[in-house]
Amino acid sequence: MLSDSQRHHVPIIRFILIQNRAGKTRLAKWYMQFDDDEKQKLIEEVHAVVTVRDAKHTNFVEFRNFKIIYRRYAGLYFCICVDVTDNNLAYLEAIHNFVEVLNEYFHNVCELDLVFNFYKVYTVVDEMFLAGEIRETSQTKVLKQLLMLQSLE
Amino acid sequence: MAPSSVKLQELIRVIRTAKTQAEERGMIQKECADIRSAFRDEDPAFRCRNVAKLLYMHMLGYPAHFGQMECLKLIASPRFTDKRVGYLGAMLLLDERHDASLLITNSIKNDLNHSSQYIQGLALCTLGCMGSPEMCRDLATEVERLLKASNSYIKKKAALAAVHIVRKVPELIELFIPATKRLLGEKNHGVLHGTVILITEMCERSPDTLRKYRKVVPELVQIMKGLIMSGYSPEHNVAGISDPFLQVRILCLLRILGHHDGDASEAMNDILAQVATNTDTSKNAGNAILYETVLTIMDIRSESGLRVLAVNILGRFLLNNDKNIRYIAMMSLLKMVQTDHNAVQRHRGTIVDCLKDTDASVKRKALDLSLALVNAHNVRSMMKELLPFLDNCPPELRSDCASGVFLAAEKFAPSKRWHIDTILRVLTTAGSFVRDETVPNLIVLITNASELYCYTVHKLYRAVLNDISQQPLVQVASWCIGEYGDLLLTGVCEDVEPMQVTEDEVLDVLETLLQSHMSSPATRAYALTALMKLSTRIRDNVDRIRKVVSIYGSCIDVELQQRAVEYNALFKKYDHMRSAVLERMPLMEKGSPNHNDQSALISNGEREGGGETQGGVKLQPPVASQTMDLLDLIGVPDASLPEALPQPLSQPLTGQTGIESSVGGELLDLLGGIDFGGIPSITAYNKNGLSLEFSFQREQGSLLTITLQARNSTASDMTEFIFQAAVPKTVQLQLQAPSGDVVPAMNRGSVSQSILINNPNRVALKMRLRLSYSVQGSSVQDVAEVSNFPAQAWQ
Repeated sequence: MLSDSQRHHVPIIRFILIQNRAGKTRLAKWYMQFDDDEKQKLIEEVHAVVTVRDAKHTNFVEFRNFKIIYRRYAGLYFCICVDVTDNNLAYLEAIHNFVEVLNEYFHNVCELDLVFNFYKVYTVVDEMFLAGEIRETSQTKVLKQLLMLQSLE
Repeated sequence: MAPSSVKLQELIRVIRTAKTQAEERGMIQKECADIRSAFRDEDPAFRCRNVAKLLYMHMLGYPAHFGQMECLKLIASPRFTDKRVGYLGAMLLLDERHDASLLITNSIKNDLNHSSQYIQGLALCTLGCMGSPEMCRDLATEVERLLKASNSYIKKKAALAAVHIVRKVPELIELFIPATKRLLGEKNHGVLHGTVILITEMCERSPDTLRKYRKVVPELVQIMKGLIMSGYSPEHNVAGISDPFLQVRILCLLRILGHHDGDASEAMNDILAQVATNTDTSKNAGNAILYETVLTIMDIRSESGLRVLAVNILGRFLLNNDKNIRYIAMMSLLKMVQTDHNAVQRHRGTIVDCLKDTDASVKRKALDLSLALVNAHNVRSMMKELLPFLDNCPPELRSDCASGVFLAAEKFAPSKRWHIDTILRVLTTAGSFVRDETVPNLIVLITNASELYCYTVHKLYRAVLNDISQQPLVQVASWCIGEYGDLLLTGVCEDVEPMQVTEDEVLDVLETLLQSHMSSPATRAYALTALMKLSTRIRDNVDRIRKVVSIYGSCIDVELQQRAVEYNALFKKYDHMRSAVLERMPLMEKGSPNHNDQSALISNGEREGGGETQGGVKLQPPVASQTMDLLDLIGVPDASLPEALPQPLSQPLTGQTGIESSVGGELLDLLGGIDFGGIPSITAYNKNGLSLEFSFQREQGSLLTITLQARNSTASDMTEFIFQAAVPKTVQLQLQAPSGDVVPAMNRGSVSQSILINNPNRVALKMRLRLSYSVQGSSVQDVAEVSNFPAQAWQ
């Protein structure tokens, strides 16, 4: 087993959050173990850190001993929490990829779509991310699968 | 009959109409109650919908754990919608620490073998999300089997579920190795992506596996080539680049495989160069790939041409308009600045410009990088940038910037005057943010620049006239005024325009410092001492100083009071010694690195009595009389001693300080280390039942440690035992703390004490002892001379 100092730190996502400006959670997907109250605290902290930043700031924030990569789309903040050594730009692309899929799937998505169809949003997340990693990056493939799943309902 | 259940969409709509938190809570509680009774009735019809509603409420932050068992039931149901909500609930409500999670293991196992790939997918997803180690162990073989399935949809999910398993149970790595090798040959990007991630994870956790996978480097290189060369692939295309995510992951894996391995690194040199030069940099995706390439180049054993290429890429990033890219460029440059210093130096200009960026995190990185880049050549120009930055930078960066500037100035200062100027500038702008050890360091620096005393004291005086709120500045200034105030008063100075100051003005300044509520206690101590020193340097206003000192004799602050009392004593009883005690400080060496205690500096030479015991000699009060007695002790054989006394006296009395050890250290350097064999011990004193034995040990050079053991052969204990010693003029002596002050009777134990001797001139060692102790209620004092030191002790 490599000691911690030797490890290169494999990139891993710790959680994905979608929040609106008021701090309401639209999606929270956790890839690491946290207690419920820890989760709540993390959500609040992320909200506090991310909403004070504007266009002048970079899209990366150092947060506790992790890093948050976020992007704001209209009134929603899409945040991915990763290790400090991860490739920021790649995850920024991943966020954009994800948002484009949502856009396609819900036909010009807006926040209400995410609210009323929250379980479908989780499905999209699960198609694109798994076990803390990016799973499927091809938008066409993901959309095809989502439509198939929808037909099963 | 069960109440008809509200539809999910309806519930969401209703909750959203709530205008206050309390209203929302009310609605939710009502709904939860309905759901709970529906669960109790075990009605399968609306179970799915109820759990979905529960999950929505959970997302809003309300407790939902009573739905956990229902999720299990849903998972066991044959309907897809049920399973889907059930698994979602499992992922949201259960985690691996709950016992309930074990119960779904069986369901997952069954579903992994389901005919529908989507249900298999659900099961894999859930396992990959929240599988506990037990579950992973149970289901690992199933997952491995699915890795070999023909369906790429399943293979993708299985690969990532395997990642999760490997994380939880590293022993299962072996199980997945054969499958992955085959999967690398897949065409499907999603599968490849998952496989690369799986291999990365396995190599991270097990060095053996890492070695095995080095063989696949050529294969990975091939895949990369295919990705770059292949034309437009619509499915995985992002902004014209084919599957940047896969490229990034492959680069990451190559990095791990090539680290510390020459052969593997060589095999990937070409492809790295190709990626670095051919990738389109206009979009973020391209930059992401380039960044990962740079990270990889830096981490493997790459040839120097490649490294230069990497640094140039980072340099280009620094000029990019996108601040994200500038930020990560600086992060990487910071990591590289130690190893590829020259290459990074070339971009110094751009880095320094980034100090003016608006984003705070960019500024911080730029500061760290700039400080790392300062060297002897560019120190002046760098300071010209860093000092204005210090004026304007956000408060959280000030302290780091100030200490960084100090460090750089210390290492690379082109001249003493420049150094002092820089430090003064920092103190005036960011004085309250500097660390505590700056003050003694600066004082040492000033004393060592003897030609600049006049200049320094003038500048500091002016600074203090302007502003007395910055404590470190004020402390240094008052110290200087105390030491070199006479230079200030002469009105003559070469380097700076002299001020016409009168003695009264100087004393006014110091008194203001003393009385100001902005001054910290340490500052006031400095000011008082400075006043005292001036009493020997000025002619007319000595009475004024005398008055101030006596006023502070009743100050509430104990530290100030003690000083004032001692200085008073210096005025009254020991006036003849005053000029000797307060004369100019000798040149100091920089103290030991852990020497943080600035009061130690003050005590060393400024105070004549060791009222503070710093692990050194423990002296009883009153201190002043102690001094007197020791003077008597040594004054007897050699009458010319008093003048030379204050310096060697101050060393033994104040105990160990960093400054002291370095004074000895200075001498040590001259003499080098000479090793002698063992020196026989002697009985230095034996009278009235008290015997003192000296054992010797040579340290380096002229240092000698004498350990004395005091034994008592009489029938009663000797209490309050105090040992004092004096040595000839050129020898330095330092007494350490004794192990105790009771010498037990009948030789039952002993008191030991260490004496450090420094005898640079190698004069014959003689010692005069003075002992005092109490036995059987009466106190005994004795003086004795020891002259039977063995020759090896001083030669």
